[in-house]
Amino acid sequence: MTVLLALLLQTPPRAGGPPSPGPVATPPIYGYIPIVIFFLIAVLLPVVLLGVSRLVQRQVFEREKLMPYECGVDPIGDARDRFSVRFYIVAMLFLVFDVETIFLFPWAVIYDRLAVFGLVEMLLFIGILVVGYYYAWQKGALEWA
Amino acid sequence: MQALLTTLLFVAPGWVRDWITHEKQPNVFWSEYIVWPLIQIVIVVIVVLTLVAYLTYLERKVSALIQARLGPMRVGPWGLLQPLADGIKLLIKEDIVPIKADRAVFLVAPIISLVAAMVVLAVIPWGAAWATIANVNIGLLFILAVSSVGVLGLVLAGWSSNSKYSLLGALRSSAQMVSYEIGMGLSIIGALMFARTLSMSGIIDAQQTDSLWGLGYFLYQPLGVLVYLTSALGETNRAPFDLPEAESELVAGYHTEYSGFRWALFFMAEYSSMIVTAAVAVTVFFGGWYFPGLGLVKNPTLFVLLSIVIFGAKIAVLLYAYMWFRWTWPRYRYDQLMELGWKWMIPAGLANIVLTGVFYVLALPKAQGGLLGFMHEEKGRLIPTKLGILYFIVTGFVVTIPIVWGLLTTINRRSRDFNLHEQRQLQVNLRRERLEKMLQQGAGTQPAEGGQ
Repeated sequence: MTVLLALLLQTPPRAGGPPSPGPVATPPIYGYIPIVIFFLIAVLLPVVLLGVSRLVQRQVFEREKLMPYECGVDPIGDARDRFSVRFYIVAMLFLVFDVETIFLFPWAVIYDRLAVFGLVEMLLFIGILVVGYYYAWQKGALEWA
Repeated sequence: MQALLTTLLFVAPGWVRDWITHEKQPNVFWSEYIVWPLIQIVIVVIVVLTLVAYLTYLERKVSALIQARLGPMRVGPWGLLQPLADGIKLLIKEDIVPIKADRAVFLVAPIISLVAAMVVLAVIPWGAAWATIANVNIGLLFILAVSSVGVLGLVLAGWSSNSKYSLLGALRSSAQMVSYEIGMGLSIIGALMFARTLSMSGIIDAQQTDSLWGLGYFLYQPLGVLVYLTSALGETNRAPFDLPEAESELVAGYHTEYSGFRWALFFMAEYSSMIVTAAVAVTVFFGGWYFPGLGLVKNPTLFVLLSIVIFGAKIAVLLYAYMWFRWTWPRYRYDQLMELGWKWMIPAGLANIVLTGVFYVLALPKAQGGLLGFMHEEKGRLIPTKLGILYFIVTGFVVTIPIVWGLLTTINRRSRDFNLHEQRQLQVNLRRERLEKMLQQGAGTQPAEGGQ
């Protein structure tokens, strides 16, 4: 019990502050190594689980079971059909607005140094964007009816 | 026994490290960037997967509570082993691939979905100091970038299934997720203007100095919080925005054709992205792992453990809210959903940025061109003074919200889709007109009119 307590209350490996300086200063890109490890584990996990599932499951193939579900009747036609053009419009508008959001991130990070200049620049930037937004709205690109 | 435990817990890790590094001196690279993160990652993955399993249990218990039922009660005490039983059932269930499906894409899609939802967990600050796995300086940008890859998994799943329900669900979910992603990004920028860093730990540190008692930026950014939480519901496809898998219209949406454990992967991805959006909200707006009074704890280990508990408790509150919303609100119509995203959330986000920018510039020190001088420099950062804190809270709640509310109702005054009150009034008025016409022409002589 005392050992467990001692383990819990010992000084943590990285108690605050940056990692202890090594013999050579580590480049900041090393901070991404844990992310790469996490990515590998995250890929491995579903693959292993699916593999285990493959080993313990029983597979019986029937014609009806392998058909796409359509309320119990035989599927009519193919699912690879035409669909509403509105989805393309949404995708295009998304590109414009998302790029704009990304441009605002670095601006926000140095806003205290930009001060009044930053405010004017941002008003111009958002102003130009709002013109485009208004145009898209008036053209009916945002309507779904 | 004591000696054995001591050896196991204190001396053995040293052997492992020496064996890995092949040298007696501790190698900083291995211990800091490989071994220690590996331990953290394994703990986080196990905890999050257990949490995901128990979130399904909680979801059923909360829905039972709201609907005055008992929920799962049979497996284990109070049904506590239900997630385990569900997991075993899903593991031994048959994995069906429809004959007309695009086999390779169909098999890979759920893995993409889960990986995109899980990798983000690496940059979340679960607690103070050593409880963070990777403290990169663009943590927030990384989260936004990687979580949008999750859309790919859903689209590929829906398209490759070659089923009409799946395709419709995938189209809906992709349009919905990209729409609400913009609102999400815009709502965060207001808080970023105060924090001025994209590092997740940095944002939490900034909140401790900037905000009232370190409570968080939600005091300065009430509108940002509202927009973020609404967009997060849309982004995670949760009710009332669960159109992609509207079970009464689309069977199950994009995962209609999936079965067994491949379906469970989608489920895990959905619940872990719920945890991620809640964690981002806690980090950016609600002060992260800090709570007033935590600074009194002097023992560093206890401090970190308490910080993890606080972070978890804040996430739990948000997750409960998610479930509460799901079982309380009816589902939106698709046109209402898109209108809320494009005509309410995006203008609200933009207006929030503009207003926050104006208030911020006004409060700058007089030397930097500000009028009010409610900020002063401390350790190279501009932080609000006591008056400044009051000023930002008042402008956030009393000025920003009414202005934006007025703006939104003005630009949406002709809205036909979303304004439920107007829609109801329209029907009431139509019926009144019809009744008056009937009364004027004499009841009985006029045949009943059909719907307009």
